[in-house]
Amino acid sequence: MPAHRPFTIWSESYRLSRRVDWLLLWSLRLSAIVSGALVLFITIFVVAEAWPALRNIGVWRFLNDASWYPSGGADGGTFNLVPMFVGTLLTTAGAILLAAPLGVLAAIFRQAYAPPGVGRVYRWLIELLAGIPSVVYGFWGLVVLVPMIARFEPPGASLLAGILILTLMILPTTALASDAALESVPRRYVEGAAALGLGRWAALHCVALPAAGSGIATGVLLATGRALGETMAVLMVCGNVVAVPASLFDPVRTLTANIALEMAYALEDHRSALFVSGLLLLLMVSALVLAAEAVDRRQTVG
Amino acid sequence: MIDVGNPTGGARVVKSTLITGLWSLALMALGWAMSGCGAVGADSGSTSRRAERLVITGSSTVAPLVAEIGKRFEASEGVRVDVQTGGSSRGIADARSGLADIGMASRALGAEEEDLAGFTIARDGICVIVHRDNALTELSDPQVVEIFTGRLANWQAVGGDEREITVVNKAEGRSTLELFLKHFALDNRDIAASVVIGDNEQGIKTVAGNPGAIGYVSIGAAEHAVARGVAIKLLPMSGVDASTETLSAGIFPLARPLTLVTHGKTSALAQRFINYAGSPAVYDLVRELSFVPAG
Repeated sequence: MPAHRPFTIWSESYRLSRRVDWLLLWSLRLSAIVSGALVLFITIFVVAEAWPALRNIGVWRFLNDASWYPSGGADGGTFNLVPMFVGTLLTTAGAILLAAPLGVLAAIFRQAYAPPGVGRVYRWLIELLAGIPSVVYGFWGLVVLVPMIARFEPPGASLLAGILILTLMILPTTALASDAALESVPRRYVEGAAALGLGRWAALHCVALPAAGSGIATGVLLATGRALGETMAVLMVCGNVVAVPASLFDPVRTLTANIALEMAYALEDHRSALFVSGLLLLLMVSALVLAAEAVDRRQTVG
Repeated sequence: MIDVGNPTGGARVVKSTLITGLWSLALMALGWAMSGCGAVGADSGSTSRRAERLVITGSSTVAPLVAEIGKRFEASEGVRVDVQTGGSSRGIADARSGLADIGMASRALGAEEEDLAGFTIARDGICVIVHRDNALTELSDPQVVEIFTGRLANWQAVGGDEREITVVNKAEGRSTLELFLKHFALDNRDIAASVVIGDNEQGIKTVAGNPGAIGYVSIGAAEHAVARGVAIKLLPMSGVDASTETLSAGIFPLARPLTLVTHGKTSALAQRFINYAGSPAVYDLVRELSFVPAG
């Protein structure tokens, strides 16, 4: 019996013989079709909207134009998306680099070192952090964090501000996923480690963390997805200047912020070019989903 | 053996959440796009009979105001008012072609547009703002140009404190940006921005949070902020104080009329709407959206 599909032991005919099961089967098929079709339609819609720009402007110009001044149309405007692509990569990578170790350490603290009462309050705090809407983080960043950075290194609205805000936003995801993964390490693994004479840190390091590895990795990928797609908070603190930043204190614009800033006012080729940035984002997200798939498969095989 | 405690199970749940989450993000982006280019709805469903319908398209600056006026007009007249955005040029083109009963433009009509009739329903002005602690009380037009093009990088050069200047610019496509550039005869590529912002509110908070910042926003929005105690200061433009008073007196230099445009013979309903939109009955809406009544 394949362990991952335990509900397939009932034969198809047995299920169909029951009217209730028949109804259930079809309502499930219908909802499966609807959710699948929705995804396809959105993809088709984004591609169709991006197509005029890809045809009139060409992929080459999205990579090689001098800058991003799209309102001049296909002939007068320039359409370089690379700075925004780099901006999205840098903010996301920076936030993951901070949030992943912090999240794992927070989970280890709660699972292995915190007294039960402290652990419970700690988890509650992290869940609270996860529940705060992104616009609130953005607002806080704009009125507190950005002026703080501006005092040392104007203008304040910068790659650094974006990374810090995103770290705060995705920390709960990495912490809670690592926490759940550590919690679901079978007790006998830990007992076995203890029986072999391993200390608490050695048991964590050599047994529990490797066993929880794929859960932690998928948590990090989930957090990456959130960081990639985050719009409002990033738009408020990043400065949104279209240029590849030379330092942490330079402003950046992400692909999502680009869409949110300009979509309401964009016409024709400009509008279509914004859908190209959306398409680029979709591709990045798809790559991430594939990565998550690979992590999962490696775990299942290994 | 089914091991309930196997961490892989948790991983799979997390992964499917990941996928759902990402696609809902895509959905949100889609919704955003549709609302951005679609109707700024002023629909009321309370029509038992087939109601008369008024289609108004054009400038995204004027649209929120007209949508609000439309809601009030619908309630009193029992008609439907559809407001759609797409820029001033679309408003003028739609009024000409008859696709819309009324077009909206965030500028005055030009000489080549004499076939159209324009009705100003409100005025909007754009002023330069700096942080409240900035010692400066005035900037000349050439100084504004030099600061925004990055030729002056420190406030000391214009008689202020020793502090780096942070130029706050508007995002591409915004009409405020276009009007500002036109007034100072600048090209967006010449502007050396340190921060690019979307709406007025974000611009005001950015300037209030940085003592070296300079930006430009709608006068009404800036006055509201000052009244709320936000740390910004409105600078006079070409020697004229930036206030809703100078704006309504018609002497503030960087102003634009918010215009309703019709072509040919105006229908009775459209004419009633235009009269209503310019009447004191909607002045509160005009002020709420940080504009100045035209009357």
